[in-house]
Amino acid sequence: MLLVALVVGVPAALASESHPTLHELEGQLMCPTCGTPLDMSDAPAANRIRAFIVNRIDGGDTRSEIMDKLVAQFGPGIRAAPPKSGWGLLAWLLPLVLLVGGGAVLGVYAWRWSRSREPAPAAARPEQNGRAPLDPDLERRLEEELARFE
Amino acid sequence: MRLKLGAQVVALGIVVGLLGLLVWKLVNQDQKQARKNAPAPAFTLPRLDRSGDLSLASLKGKAVVLNFWASWCAPCRDEVPVLEKAWVKHRGQGVVVIGVDQQDLSSDARAFAKKYGMSYPLVRDGPGHVVAKYGLTGVPETFFVGRSGKLVGPHVEGQVTKRQLAEGIHAAMRS
Repeated sequence: MLLVALVVGVPAALASESHPTLHELEGQLMCPTCGTPLDMSDAPAANRIRAFIVNRIDGGDTRSEIMDKLVAQFGPGIRAAPPKSGWGLLAWLLPLVLLVGGGAVLGVYAWRWSRSREPAPAAARPEQNGRAPLDPDLERRLEEELARFE
Repeated sequence: MRLKLGAQVVALGIVVGLLGLLVWKLVNQDQKQARKNAPAPAFTLPRLDRSGDLSLASLKGKAVVLNFWASWCAPCRDEVPVLEKAWVKHRGQGVVVIGVDQQDLSSDARAFAKKYGMSYPLVRDGPGHVVAKYGLTGVPETFFVGRSGKLVGPHVEGQVTKRQLAEGIHAAMRS
């Protein structure tokens, strides 16, 4: 399964990086004037950005180069999602960390709770040899019988 | 017991942290409307028409016309002749017209400036930080900064007219 994903996914990602399409980049960018994804905007600024992207694709730029040029022009806010590096990586990792951390806290709580509800085991005495304690009356009689044999 | 207390402290910490973030966001919100008679929000921006930067602080003592524009904006194109005439007419009297290009591609902006003969200083606010400080709602918009550094005269939303420009420059030169 992993092998199939690698065989299919890696070449596709590489192709997308070296031969980006307008449609793909539009989905990763925001319109600076209207605050909506670029592919949903027909604002004049969005049209100019689309023209710029087409021009850069024709010029042979990679996806990263085009993104970097647009970030240089409009700032990081033009990205629809934070980059998976630097501080942007925090936005990707933090939800995962919170999820795992929250799950761990819940797990510990559940374990402690279930332990607190179990009846406390009777203190095992070595002389019982793992068996339940004798009735005190029976134990007294047994002691008496044994004393008679001594 | 100790675990329960720890979890409560962590939960409280998260809530306080989130509240802190909310307060910080509200206090540091960029989107404020620049107000008349208040000091004009300071900025230093890269020049579009040449290399280097231009800061508002460096123009202290001058009357400043601050015009926000973009190459894709039709009214911006229409108001260029009025701004250009004002610049040529008043530049010897301590008046500076500054064009702040925003939300625009620099190549488009330079081509626009060349095509329409903009000779007044041009700067670029690509990320829109200064735009946010002035609380712009669109382009074009024009502000007037008096010699004292305060915002004066009309705040023009939309294409500036010859009359509004004269009124604003007069107010900026007097203050």
